[in-house]
Amino acid sequence: MNLLGALFQSSIGKKLLMAVTGLVLVGFVTGHLVGNLQIFLPPAKINTYGHMLESLGAGLWAIRLFLLACVAIHLWLAFKLTAENRAARPQGYGVEHTNRATLASRVMLRSGIVVLVFLVYHLGHFTLRVQHPEWSEHTFRLADNTMVRDVYRMTVQGFNSAGISCFYLLGVGLLAYHLNHGLVSMCQTLGLKNERWTTGLERASAAFCWLYFLGNAVIPLSVRGWLPVLSGLIQR
Amino acid sequence: MVSERSSKEFFAVTLRVWRQAGPSASGRFVDYPATNVSPDMSFLELLDVVNDGLTVKDEEPIAFAHDCREGICGTCSCTINGKPHGPGHGIATCQLYMRSFKDGDTIIVEPFRARAFPLVKDLVTDRSAFDRIQQAGGFISVRTGAAPDANSIPVPKDDADLAMDAATCIGCGACVAACKNASAMLFVAAKVSHLGLMPQGQPERDKRVLAMVQAMDEAGFGNCTNQYECSAVCPKLITHDFIARMNRDYVKALFKAKFKPVSSASGGAG
Repeated sequence: MNLLGALFQSSIGKKLLMAVTGLVLVGFVTGHLVGNLQIFLPPAKINTYGHMLESLGAGLWAIRLFLLACVAIHLWLAFKLTAENRAARPQGYGVEHTNRATLASRVMLRSGIVVLVFLVYHLGHFTLRVQHPEWSEHTFRLADNTMVRDVYRMTVQGFNSAGISCFYLLGVGLLAYHLNHGLVSMCQTLGLKNERWTTGLERASAAFCWLYFLGNAVIPLSVRGWLPVLSGLIQR
Repeated sequence: MVSERSSKEFFAVTLRVWRQAGPSASGRFVDYPATNVSPDMSFLELLDVVNDGLTVKDEEPIAFAHDCREGICGTCSCTINGKPHGPGHGIATCQLYMRSFKDGDTIIVEPFRARAFPLVKDLVTDRSAFDRIQQAGGFISVRTGAAPDANSIPVPKDDADLAMDAATCIGCGACVAACKNASAMLFVAAKVSHLGLMPQGQPERDKRVLAMVQAMDEAGFGNCTNQYECSAVCPKLITHDFIARMNRDYVKALFKAKFKPVSSASGGAG
């Protein structure tokens, strides 16, 4: 059987692609969070970091296109698999009964769609800069006198809006919830799981998701001045 | 098992049963009151009693699948109160006793629902999709003739036990019926693992998993979303760890088939 054909057409192949693209994206959002946490350092840090990323040139585009391809495959398969799964039971039961499927596992498509909407908004805000283009005109002078985009100020200004902060919390919250099923599910799909590992994997996944959510959540909460120590680190 | 209730304490339930005259007829739920229900009756015996009453009244009895009535054939198949094989754990419908229900209960009885299991009549579905999956690779090819010496092929006890766990699958289809996506992964995983864990199953191991998964996909089952509803209702309590094993086996087989050396021999060993 054709390898690519089997990956894109067989049920297990599609699940594998779902797992692998998911893993890449988990890696990305984790790195992204670590980068974002530089907001608690002096503005020069995150602005230098942002400038470094923007100066990658072709490399940046290669990474962007690779991530975009992962999102596209993950998304396309999500809709395709869901459509197939619905078609596999044209007539449902009179009594809907759930034995042990978790809520997170049953709302994967819905949590994913909210995350997607957030992603589109976020890219529009920081990458394409079509929302609030005036915010991206702020520049910052580095120690060597180079003028770079003031990502720090864009972030603080963004979270000054209660609406953006709420949407952000909803987006990262649902992403963490999505990953709570996704991470363990990924191990099962890749065949890297059995009964002996299950409890440990579930706990590690829950811990990761909580850390991911809290790590993201402290940013808007600090910018809005709601956290005792961390809020003091933000320069307005 | 000794019932807590004495068998003299009869009670009454209402059976709400899916009635559908044929594959293309429209179906609906019909209520059948049942009195004098003994807690020691099996659920299928209650259906027998209700059917006797229907026959006496010259009505069409409820069609339901059953055979051995001792939990080993995999023929019985009702979804009872939304759960395939009913409220028990690790049992088939035929092993369900009326002591599991209370006086005045309404028990909702439906067929297994899946596109790959088309409805034949009432509670009977056609599960021959499972046979097609088995025919695609759920066997080993051996020479016929004299039986080989016992123990001529050593099998480690751990492997034999694990293979036996998978081999307990009776092919009832409850895994498909319980799955939110009507996926057959637990059944196929059990059948793939049962032979794949034995030395006798090795020569056709890769071919088997590829062919059986393809047959599964062609039959129109859904995809696995790792919610483990399947193993929760399996009358033989087969673990979903076999699904992880099949996933692994499938990927390995896929890559091995693609990258194996190409043989230069054009014919046999002439």
